[in-house]
Amino acid sequence: MSFVGRSLRRIEDRPLLMGQGAFAADCNWSGQLHMRVVRSPVAFGRILSIETEEAAALEGVVAIWTIADFDDLPPIDFRQMGLERLAPYRQFVLARDYVRYVGEPVAIVVAVDPYVAEDAADLVFCDIEELAPQLDATAEPVAFMPDVHPGLMSEPAVIRRGYGDLDAAFARAHKVVALEVKIGRHTGVPMETRGGLCVYDTDKDTLTLYGAAKVPHYNRDAISRMLRLAPGRLELSEGHVGGGFGIRGELYPEDVLVCAAALRLKRPVKWIEDRREHLLAANHSRDQVYRLKAAVDSSGFILGLQADFFTDQGAYVRTHGTTVTDLSAGLLPGPYVIPAYGVAGHIRLTNKTPAGTYRAPGRYESTFARERLIDQVAAELGLSPVEVRRVNLIGETAMPFDRGFETLGTKVVYDSGKYADLLERVLAHLDHDRLQAQLAERRSRGELVGLGLGYFVEKSGLGPQDLVRMRLDARGEIEIVTGVASVGQGVETALAQICAETLQVPIERIRVIHGQTDRIEIGFGAFASRVTVMAGSAVKIAAEALRASALEVAAKLLQTTPEALHLANGMIETVNGSASLALADVAAHLEETGGLTGEGRFASSHMTYPYGIHAAQVRVDPATCAVTIERYVVAYDVGRAVNPMLIEGQIVGGVAQGVGGAFLEEFVYDENGQPLAASFADYLMPTCHEVPEVEVILREDAPSPLNPLGVKGAGEGGINAAGAALAGAIDAAIQKPGAVTQLPITPGRLHAILRARLR
Amino acid sequence: MPDKRDVTLAVNGKTYAVSVEPRRSLADVLRDDCGLTGTHLGCEHGVCGACTVLVNEKPVRACLMFGVQAEGKTVRTVEGLADGDTLHPLQQAFWENHGLQCGFCTPGFLMLAAGALQENPDMTDDDIKDVLSSNLCRCTGYQNIVKAVRLAAREMRARARI
Ligand code: FES
Ligand code: FES
Repeated sequence: MSFVGRSLRRIEDRPLLMGQGAFAADCNWSGQLHMRVVRSPVAFGRILSIETEEAAALEGVVAIWTIADFDDLPPIDFRQMGLERLAPYRQFVLARDYVRYVGEPVAIVVAVDPYVAEDAADLVFCDIEELAPQLDATAEPVAFMPDVHPGLMSEPAVIRRGYGDLDAAFARAHKVVALEVKIGRHTGVPMETRGGLCVYDTDKDTLTLYGAAKVPHYNRDAISRMLRLAPGRLELSEGHVGGGFGIRGELYPEDVLVCAAALRLKRPVKWIEDRREHLLAANHSRDQVYRLKAAVDSSGFILGLQADFFTDQGAYVRTHGTTVTDLSAGLLPGPYVIPAYGVAGHIRLTNKTPAGTYRAPGRYESTFARERLIDQVAAELGLSPVEVRRVNLIGETAMPFDRGFETLGTKVVYDSGKYADLLERVLAHLDHDRLQAQLAERRSRGELVGLGLGYFVEKSGLGPQDLVRMRLDARGEIEIVTGVASVGQGVETALAQICAETLQVPIERIRVIHGQTDRIEIGFGAFASRVTVMAGSAVKIAAEALRASALEVAAKLLQTTPEALHLANGMIETVNGSASLALADVAAHLEETGGLTGEGRFASSHMTYPYGIHAAQVRVDPATCAVTIERYVVAYDVGRAVNPMLIEGQIVGGVAQGVGGAFLEEFVYDENGQPLAASFADYLMPTCHEVPEVEVILREDAPSPLNPLGVKGAGEGGINAAGAALAGAIDAAIQKPGAVTQLPITPGRLHAILRARLR
Repeated sequence: MPDKRDVTLAVNGKTYAVSVEPRRSLADVLRDDCGLTGTHLGCEHGVCGACTVLVNEKPVRACLMFGVQAEGKTVRTVEGLADGDTLHPLQQAFWENHGLQCGFCTPGFLMLAAGALQENPDMTDDDIKDVLSSNLCRCTGYQNIVKAVRLAAREMRARARI
């Protein structure tokens, strides 16, 4: 029976449906204390004093600490893509000398009750000399911390990439098409806020942090380094995680503080963030401005692309280092040939919440910019947007396609793809010519309706490696231990299906352990759509190893050869059906000698590149500027779909977030740097009314040659081109090419566009 | 510390005698004092609906109500939805139709739908969507949640007819 490729229901759902989840806030320990963070009320300023006396006098307060009490704690380091020159821009766990954004941790209060901790935090007074904040990443750089780091400016790095002869391309151009676009500041906003419970074990003098996510092994090592804990004194444990989207699970000041407090007080300390804190303090993302210039020939083929862009990094450079800007620069060319390319990505600090990655980091943004450019080329040359995409797509025979530069420290080589084929499939699915005729007809009757497209290349399966250990016990139950993490995307089921495929055991008999640093020595976590690719491949290898030993033992017991045996439904049978043995019995037989186990390690220095298309059909109401999405199609080639239902879930969920970023979500600041979107009443996320029915065309036309399963990660394709496709659709609906240059397309912005159109 | 008040809560058919500060939200009382952590907090602001429970069988945001206000009323939380090991039709439908990913919003959606269907078992598909639009989910894109509730409603109507 095959398990891979089937839409099986998830093995992780039952406790979640029964209210028996173990999310961070659900973890409790007797005698626990509660931590509350005092946060900066201003965007930029010099700290004069922090007054804590009144707060300390409150009954139930155990401790109040500022940076003076953690003077020996180094700043939080980069997890990836760190550069030496970024080092001075790292954030300390509590503000030192300056505050640089509203919400920056300034002090912590530890108390016997969370309500008391919050009362006390309100009584801490921060005396801060306010300075003029920098709020525009495209403005001239300013001093980062004038007195502390004289001369250190707010542009820590510029990421450059390029190849080909740009000058020649522009000299040859039939036309030069230029464009400036902006993507708003938004972020993942998982429904569970951040949090953790750090428990001190008096007997063993060790700490355990519950509520870990995403990269538990890395965070264990990083916190241990900061607190100078010897290996083995800190373990991280992941329970249920209420959504990740790139932002949850990165190492933040609060994670270190809760451990430092538990260590110092030798008591369990719990910290649960509230929603306002989350919106002020967890990583923001996006917020880029692109300036593009394309040299094109008369067919719309892009001869050369010159790009400058700015990433509003916020107040500090966090764990991701240059990741977002690097990925933007690396994947801006997308699915198109573009023989000459030059890009400069400016990382700029401002006095906003620090930024990091959010699902499809650098790609939601760069796809919006690139696809707007393609639409613009089409408009300026009088060609159809479909045609311009067609002439620029990388051909099948050019695969694997080497861009000639790196991103995330790996060579950008598109491993496989049938780009033109997917475009034709989408057009056929839409019945494109007829649909366009229908839309034109509706427009002639006064309706504002149109279709937009966004083509994208994603990346997935970042290495370097993952390790899996598997054990089948005497009851026939399988335990898989992996170092990856789960942020709620269905990791357990997907890995169980891959295991079941090889071992022919129902997935209900498989348990997947993830995110427990004390159970396995290495683990690289859940990000960059890497879990199915990396851990999935390791599971396959481990399962094959386990199968081989099972068959070898069974062959001896049944007096035959392993080749004469096969597995079915938890049994090992001779091919002719004459004899059989339960896998569980083989395991029992091996109990004395270490049991029936398998180990798999999968390493890869290349990423895989899934690709897809979004097509959106919208109707604009000129009176209210409301946009109705009439139809939404996502075509995505993931190489091989382990569980199509879960992948469709990923895609539809991604679309919802993409729609939010396109129409609703934006962290707006006033001129003093005060955030105006600090609650769900102001930071608007889509409800089921705003999210369209999504038609998913899931393809497996271009399996990855880079892993034994052929899979490519599916987590980010659903969001990638949403802004691009919806912007194109609105342009088409109002028959004003190039009208939409900024996300989110709020009713106010659309109103301005429509007014300009009427003039 | 502020004074506490003794309250008796009837949750999922069980009686809980607790002593709580009057300012504690019902959600915190359920989670911390009754140990029922299935009710989640996503905003404590009345917007996301993760904390939805039934009070006197009507959906209520437990973050917007004080625990002491629940005295003398019946409260039903997600822990009281299944019948022993047998899942409620809503839970079953969420499972079959992949109506959850991280599962954090799930208890709120389940209780919202349970309350609404109890009040009006004959909701149309559009009614159902209207009701569900009052809660937030960040993972699923809602498609499968809406589908699951529609199918569960059908199933519950079919069972009621037998
Ligand atoms: S937690 Fe109650 S509505 Fe969000
Ligand atoms: S399933 Fe994660 S928020 Fe709804």
